[in-house]
This record gives sequence, structure tokens and C-alpha cells, in this order.
Amino acid sequence: MSSRIRIFVVELLSQMKEQDISELERIFQEKIDQDIKIEPKDWMPDNYRKTLIRQISQHAHSEIVGMLPEGNWITRAPNLRRKAVLLAKVQDEAGHGLYLYSATETLGADREDTIDDLHSGKAKYSSIFNYPTLTWADMGAVGWLVDGAAIMNQVPLCRCSYGPYARAMVRVCKEESFHQRQGYEIMMTLMSGTIEQKEMAQDALNRFWWPSLMMFGPPDTDSKHTKQSMEWRIKRHTNDELRQMMVDFTVPQAEAIGLTIPDPDLKWNEEKGGYDYGEIDWDEFWNVVKGNGPCNKDRIDTRRKAKENGAWVREAANAHAEKRKDRKIA
Amino acid sequence: MTNKEWPLWEVFIRSKQGLSHKHFGSLRASDEKMAIENARDVYTRRSEGISIWVVESSNIVASDPSKADSLYDPSNSKVYRHPTFYDVPDGIEHM
Amino acid sequence: MNSLFEYLVRLGDDSLILGHRLSEWCGHGPILEEDIAMTNISLDLIGQATTFLEHAGKVEGKGRSEDDLAFLRYQKDYKNLLLVERPNGDFGVTMMRQFLFDAFRKPLFERLVNSKDEQLSAIAAKSLKETTYHLRHSSEWVIRLGDGTEESHQRVQDALDELWKYTAEMFVEDEVNQNLTENGIIPSMEGLKEEWNATVTSVLDQATLTIPTNNWEQHGGRNGKHSEHLGFILTELQYMQRAYPGMEW
Ligand SMILES: [Fe+2]
Ligand SMILES: [Fe+2]
Ligand SMILES: [Fe+2]
Repeated sequence: MSSRIRIFVVELLSQMKEQDISELERIFQEKIDQDIKIEPKDWMPDNYRKTLIRQISQHAHSEIVGMLPEGNWITRAPNLRRKAVLLAKVQDEAGHGLYLYSATETLGADREDTIDDLHSGKAKYSSIFNYPTLTWADMGAVGWLVDGAAIMNQVPLCRCSYGPYARAMVRVCKEESFHQRQGYEIMMTLMSGTIEQKEMAQDALNRFWWPSLMMFGPPDTDSKHTKQSMEWRIKRHTNDELRQMMVDFTVPQAEAIGLTIPDPDLKWNEEKGGYDYGEIDWDEFWNVVKGNGPCNKDRIDTRRKAKENGAWVREAANAHAEKRKDRKIA
Repeated sequence: MTNKEWPLWEVFIRSKQGLSHKHFGSLRASDEKMAIENARDVYTRRSEGISIWVVESSNIVASDPSKADSLYDPSNSKVYRHPTFYDVPDGIEHM
Repeated sequence: MNSLFEYLVRLGDDSLILGHRLSEWCGHGPILEEDIAMTNISLDLIGQATTFLEHAGKVEGKGRSEDDLAFLRYQKDYKNLLLVERPNGDFGVTMMRQFLFDAFRKPLFERLVNSKDEQLSAIAAKSLKETTYHLRHSSEWVIRLGDGTEESHQRVQDALDELWKYTAEMFVEDEVNQNLTENGIIPSMEGLKEEWNATVTSVLDQATLTIPTNNWEQHGGRNGKHSEHLGFILTELQYMQRAYPGMEW
């Protein structure tokens, strides 16, 4: 083939490819608009895949790192019932992480690579887990507020456009339902207890209130991914919409058991049918995201250590499986 | 130290007698015994199942979605396979 | 001394302390799937502890609840085996400890199902199902690690060597057991040790591990004479109940 012809052919091919892709993109967006789920082997735009991998793996990391602040209190739980509940709850979070890593694997992202990104600091996770759990009441506050916020984020994701993610979220949401309740129950029990217990509960709320509101991410005006994600239906509400819902749901729950929301600007707004709330300290938020939170280093060190300490175990299991295969053949 | 990952397995669970096994998700395990146990621990913590199948994901052969038109559309036109295709006069029961 | 109370406390404390140890792994397992598996075992054990201690409290008849017993005794009043308070060490130590214990617990519960004490029999029946699973899980791991890599073989052999001397305590027959057997409350434990031996020999053999020749027996837990480790376990376990006495949680 002469070089002129070759150039012509290459050009022609790339033109065809572009046409194909825009056609594929059109079909893809049509499916999304009709709420037809996208499945792993379907064609999807590269960016859709990348965005999903980022979002789902961040979510998975949050579940796994999220085991640690509560895991702290398993050996110190105040009675056998609470101990079993907390253990089952933290275990559920491990399961959630696993379901979500599995969903990222359907997109071609390898679980161990994804986890290495977490350990190297390249991948992010929910900043809330970089706050310490200092008292037993924190188990109440975390379950009630953090799992509460997580549920609010996750329920709409059950209708997300990517099939495996949506299905994982259905399982997760089913399991989450007891998490928030057990947290609220802890708070309720404390609020009907002694003065020390009431103080402990209020103190936990004071420390976790603002970080919980930050869980929904930066304000809509600063959120760079929201618009595209909404078009692709891998996000169904904006950060601020979800945050408003959280405030509106939580305030009456706090009042019902005698807790005070630590926000002097909090006030019912008749016109919008929701609460107005005070300024969120976004400077603190970005600092915690960047690694300056009270526990960032501890959390990642702990996870990295778990992986390193397990390396010989995973290797041994592989070696044993190989030996058994060889024996079967022999 | 080589850090080869354990193989990926797909998990299918029969949630109760009389139903077929349904795909539940996936997990990693170094061998089939571990795959069954991990499936039990991960996917049946709330008594979701009474029987488990695991299949190494690499052993699954999948159809190509871009050929979906030729594979599945033809049966869309064969409405005569569905009972509602046939008229039965009012008053006729048990059919 | 109330023999049945004492016996139930032993059963309850074994479950409680081993459940506590396993719960320390939660969030730190070698891989997510195994993290979940160990937590399941821990949950079973804490459930067993709850029912054994609840029953113990009723048998004692002094109004002590399962929580009073789990959280508010002094160290010398805990009657668990020394084996179960051993530190987790690496995953090899944890699995070997679990295996040696499960291999004892399964035939034990098989016998206790026939207890004349209805409640004890019922708890044993439920626990037997759980323990059967635990034993399968721990046996398989011991085999994988023993017959895995050179490193894993060495680690789990070291674990076996370390833990071996604590196994004899499982089979001690003292006046507590004898009383209960004589009164027909628990069946005879004849053949228990032989069954344990058979399981252990078969699994260790598949794991290519060597049974230690050092036959020194370390006893103490059953009589409340513990190792240094239990004090630290109790420091965490009892923290809330000691720091905030008499409150509801
Ligand atoms: Fe979760
Ligand atoms: Fe949760
Ligand atoms: Fe979550």
C-alpha cells in the first residue's frame, strides 16, 4: 500500500470510528434517559466508566475505613447486647465494602489496585472517618448521624444507571436500616440515663453534627462532578438538596430525645418548609480531605498494616491451591 | 513476595426451597471450599439462602451484548408462545 | 459450691474470652472475606457466652444477669481456659488456637446435647451447629497454612508449638465435672480426648505439621489462676461498667 493510500485509509477509519462512537453515545444516553440500566459488557463512554470507578471505589473505601472508628469500641462495649450489635454492624460495613469493590471489578478495576490507591493516598474516602471516636456515645452519634447521612446518600443510588452499582446499593440499603436505628437507640438510652450519660450524648452530637453535614460534599456551587453525574444518573440529587433533607429529618429526632443541635443559627423557615442552618466550615472540610484531619494517618496506617500482615496468608492460600491442583492432575 | 490475587468467584444462592439459584454477587477465594464458606459468610448473614453455588468467574461464558438484537429480538415476535395470545370466551374457567 | 453454676461459667467464659479475642481482628483481617468470617465466629461465641452466662445466673439464683457475670467479676472468678486468652499473634496463631479449641468444643457439645439439664442441652444443640462450622473453617485454614509456603508452614508450626501446652487443660476432670456426671446432669466425657486427638492428628497430618514432643501441661484458667493477658482483656471488657457503675446502656 502506498503511503498516501494508507493515510487515506487511516483517516477514513478514524472518521468511521468517530461516527460510530457518537452513535453509540447517542444510544447510551437514550438508554439512560429511559432509565434502562447499563450492564458491565454494554458499551459506555470512557468517562462514565472512570467516573463510576472513582465514585464506587471511594464509596467502598469509606465503608472499609469506616469500620475503624467503630471497631475501636467493640472490645469496650458496655454490655453483651451492644457488643453483638456493634460487631454485626461493623461486619456489615466490611460486606458493603466487598459488594462495592465487586461492582468496581465489573468495570475492569482490580480490587487490590483500587485498595493500593487508597493506601498511597491517591484515592479518597469519606472525611467523616478521620474524626476520632472518644466515648461510647460516639457509637450512638455515628450510627444515628453518619449512617443516617449515608442512607440518605445511598437510597437514591439504588436507582443509579449502572446495574451492578444499583444492585449493590439495594443490598447495602437493606442492611443499613438497622445501623441508624441502633445508633439512635444508643442515644435515646443515654438521654434517659444519668447526667453523665446525657452529657456524653450531647458531647458526641456536638462533635459529629458538623462533620456529618459535610459528608454530603462541597456546596453545589463548588461541586465539579455534579452536573455530568446527574445527566448520567449516577447521582440523583445535588449535595445541598441531600444536606437540607438531612437537617430537616434530624432536627426533630434530636429534639424528641432532648438533644440540642449545636447550631445557634438553626431556625425553621416556613417559606421553604425546611430549616435554615449555619455556615459550614469548608476550610476544615478541605483540610480533613487533604489529610489534615485528626485521624487520617492512623486510619490509613491501620489499613495498610492489615494488608501487609495478611500478605503471607494470601500467598500461602494460593500456594496451597496450586499444590492441590497439581496433585489432582498427577 | 509475589502478591497474586485470589481468583474471583460468582455466587449464586437459592433463597428458599422451590426457587432457582440467583446471582448474588462475587468474592475472592483461593479454592472452592473457601469460596463456598466465604459466600456463606458474606452473602447469607441474614439467612438469605439455603443452597450456594460458586463458579470461578473466568469460567463463565457470556453472550455479547452488541449481538443482543440477533439473539433476543426474534423471540419478541413469537407472541404465540404466551398464553395471552389466545382468545378464550368469557365463562370458560380452569384454562 | 454449685457445680452446675461453675460448669456453665466455664463454658460461658471460654466463649466470652475467645469471642473477645476474635473481635479484636474486626477491621484488621488478612482479606475482607476473612475479616467477615472471623467476625461471624466471634458473634457466635458472644451469643453462646450470653446464653451460658444467663443460664448460669439463673442456676445460681442470686439475681445476677449475664451482663453482671460477663462484666462485673474479678479476674480470679473468670474460669476460661488459658488457651483462649492467648494473644492473637499473627493469623496463624489465631487459626491454630481456634482449631485446637474447636476440635475440643465439637465433641464436647455432641455430648452435652444429652445433658439432663434441658437448658444446657438446648444451648449445646445450637452451639454444636455453630461449632461444626467453626471447626471446618479453622481446620481448612490450618491445612492451607501448614501446607502452603515455607513461611506459612514455619509460622503455623511455631503457633502449634506455642499453644500445645495449653491444650491439656481442656480435658481436666475435677470435682465439678465429677459431681455433675455422678448426678447425671452431664453425660460422661469418656472418649472426648481420644476424639480430639483423632481430629488433631488428622488435620495436622494433612497440614504437614509436627505434633510437639514437649508434653508439659500448663493449667490454671479453670481455677481462676490466669496469665497476665486476662487482666488486659478485662480492662477493656469492663471499662464502661467500671467507669460508670450501675448505669443502663
Ligand atoms: Fe455501610
Ligand atoms: Fe452502616
Ligand atoms: Fe455506607
